[in-house]
Amino acid sequence: MNQKREEERFLVYSSDLTDIAYKMTTCLQSGGSRTKLMTTKKPPHLKTYLLIAVMVIAGPLGNVLLGKGMKHVGELPIWPPLQLLHTGLNIFTSVSIWSGIASLVTFFVAYMLVLSWADYSFVQPASSLAYGIVALLGYLMLGERVSPLRWTGIAVICLGVFVVGRTNPRTTGQV
Amino acid sequence: MPHIILFTLIVVAGTGGELCVSRAMKVVGEAPSLRPTEVAKVVLRALRVPWMWLGGGMMAVAFFALLGALSIYDVSFVVPVTALSYVAGAFGGVVFLREHVSLQRWLGVALVAIGVTLVFLGKN
Repeated sequence: MNQKREEERFLVYSSDLTDIAYKMTTCLQSGGSRTKLMTTKKPPHLKTYLLIAVMVIAGPLGNVLLGKGMKHVGELPIWPPLQLLHTGLNIFTSVSIWSGIASLVTFFVAYMLVLSWADYSFVQPASSLAYGIVALLGYLMLGERVSPLRWTGIAVICLGVFVVGRTNPRTTGQV
Repeated sequence: MPHIILFTLIVVAGTGGELCVSRAMKVVGEAPSLRPTEVAKVVLRALRVPWMWLGGGMMAVAFFALLGALSIYDVSFVVPVTALSYVAGAFGGVVFLREHVSLQRWLGVALVAIGVTLVFLGKN
């Protein structure tokens, strides 16, 4: 009886969209502080790499677009309240801001999808690339000047995030 | 630098939000199965946990702080600095959730901290 339920559960696990919502609520929100170990291990497929590529592009692109939008809005006076309303309207009528949000949502969906079958410790190190790409996109799209020391710092951050991601996430009480 | 407040908000509110949501989900527990109705029940139960609302609120604060920071600084400066959330996450996990953090993870966290310091030093 139990065995059958487990099997049924596994089938749903690999295909159902609700799995994404499930993963979202149980492990992703933790940002790595509480993650669930995948019990199934399969070699990574092409679609895994594809979705990781989407993640690594869409995340930084979203941030760069937000940056572009905010630079366009300019200084942010938030007082008096009427001014705050005006600033808010400026922000949320900006095409760049909404493109940025759309891009970040794309990133998030790709993240969910890929984590619904791939190991967190496989996906997370790959996503450390995003810190380098955001600087690259900032440099190419917004013409930001990135000093050599900043590049070095970003490279060290990527390495650090990679190392953090490589560690096996552990959950307390359950595997 | 008065805008250090924005970075503190991004990192602390962002990580705090994630910790709150994580804590809320521990209260809610695992879904008994993954059928849509069961998942919906879990979501509804989660919405009744105050930690969830606190977490969501903190994440919203972090997002607006991010927008604020992006209006002042380069994207290639702001986003790498937000990697500090890995540092905050490790400490937060240990202090508030009493989680075990491995040596290798601490090593990665230390590298992130060094990298952010370099990014700050190379500001202009």
